[in-house]
Amino acid sequence: MKKYTDQRNTGVPSPITTPDQLLRELVSHLRQSRTQLREEWARRITEAQLLTAMSKEEIFAEATSVYDNYVEALETGTFEALQAYARNLSERIIPRGVETHEVVGIVLLLRDVLARSLFAKYQDDFEKLNRILDAYEPAANRIAITVSVGFVQERERTIREQQDAIRELSTPVLQVRERLLILPIIGLIDPQRARQLTEQLLRAIRTNRAKVVVIDITGVAAMDSAVANHLVLTVEASRLLGATVIVTGLSPEISQTLVNIGVNLSKMNTVGDLQGGIEEAERLLGYKVMSVRDGSTVLQT
Amino acid sequence: MQVPILKQGPYLIASIQSALSDADLMQLRDALVAKVSAARSLGVVVDVTVLDVMDSFASRTLRDLVQIVKLRGATTVIVGIQPEVAFAMVQLGLTLEGVATALDLEEGLAFLDQHTKRKENGLRAQ
Repeated sequence: MKKYTDQRNTGVPSPITTPDQLLRELVSHLRQSRTQLREEWARRITEAQLLTAMSKEEIFAEATSVYDNYVEALETGTFEALQAYARNLSERIIPRGVETHEVVGIVLLLRDVLARSLFAKYQDDFEKLNRILDAYEPAANRIAITVSVGFVQERERTIREQQDAIRELSTPVLQVRERLLILPIIGLIDPQRARQLTEQLLRAIRTNRAKVVVIDITGVAAMDSAVANHLVLTVEASRLLGATVIVTGLSPEISQTLVNIGVNLSKMNTVGDLQGGIEEAERLLGYKVMSVRDGSTVLQT
Repeated sequence: MQVPILKQGPYLIASIQSALSDADLMQLRDALVAKVSAARSLGVVVDVTVLDVMDSFASRTLRDLVQIVKLRGATTVIVGIQPEVAFAMVQLGLTLEGVATALDLEEGLAFLDQHTKRKENGLRAQ
């Protein structure tokens, strides 16, 4: 670390100080003017119309804890506590719709407010102001980066979690009867989802000891050749596990696509709709569904 | 590594215990074919549960085995293909066409029961 022992270029004699000492002085200044600076900061946040999703009191409360954490990070030079706080803060404010530019904005505002107060305090001693800023600026920049990165990371984590949740939700494998599974597919199928669907289905066939699987794709609007081929592979893989697959609900568009791209459909067992698929599956499994009221057979085996 | 071939009623059960080399597979095929006629078996179950890889040679050997056993008048069913193995196989185009498959040994035996009964019934009806 560079030691400031040289007194050249100074008209006004100032005490010999190291960056450490400067930082300590800075911190004590920030502690002393805590109330005033904090209010100034909160005022400027409102003025700049940042954090509009939060009430004035909330902004002030958060500003207080950010301020204290900020000063502490400056003092100790360690950023773990601040990082944890930033993550915690992000967790609370992201669901309320706070945007990245707002978070970056308030941190930069605090930096400006504090720098202004330093200008005001040391306006008579320019040389010392310079050195104080030398010590202050890198730390302040690092804090700004830490908080912003924490916020963005937290946001990305939230997005990832939601993606995972959607992925999990989107592919239920349901057992409707002993040894009969239904796999309703809804929405867009991309290669990743197709792969995951296959994995889940094959695993479910094993755990439920399924003999027949009905894949219903009524809710699928379109299908490209890669996904269609994947569907055929899934049907064949299921057969290797000893299960028969019935595909139902092929829309006219998808049927046309499948024929046009020349997918080999001879191995695919298709039925018009889900009801027909389940009836066919029950027939394969040897079930007979009867109406209790008049004893007439709804489904012939 | 020899594969034990067990006789269970009218069926033979070949339960693979570890990964097999190509030579082992061919040896298994020959042993099974010989034993089918010796034991006058109606069906054969090949259990591949422990295999976590099924390459083209293994697939072809199994298909050949099924066809040879069929010529000997018995039915073969392959059981216990793992989900991951199954998907890897179809991706490689190894779909074991014309080969009966079942989830596990129990299912395989049930399949053989059904199959041989159907055959008997068919013979009686003629």
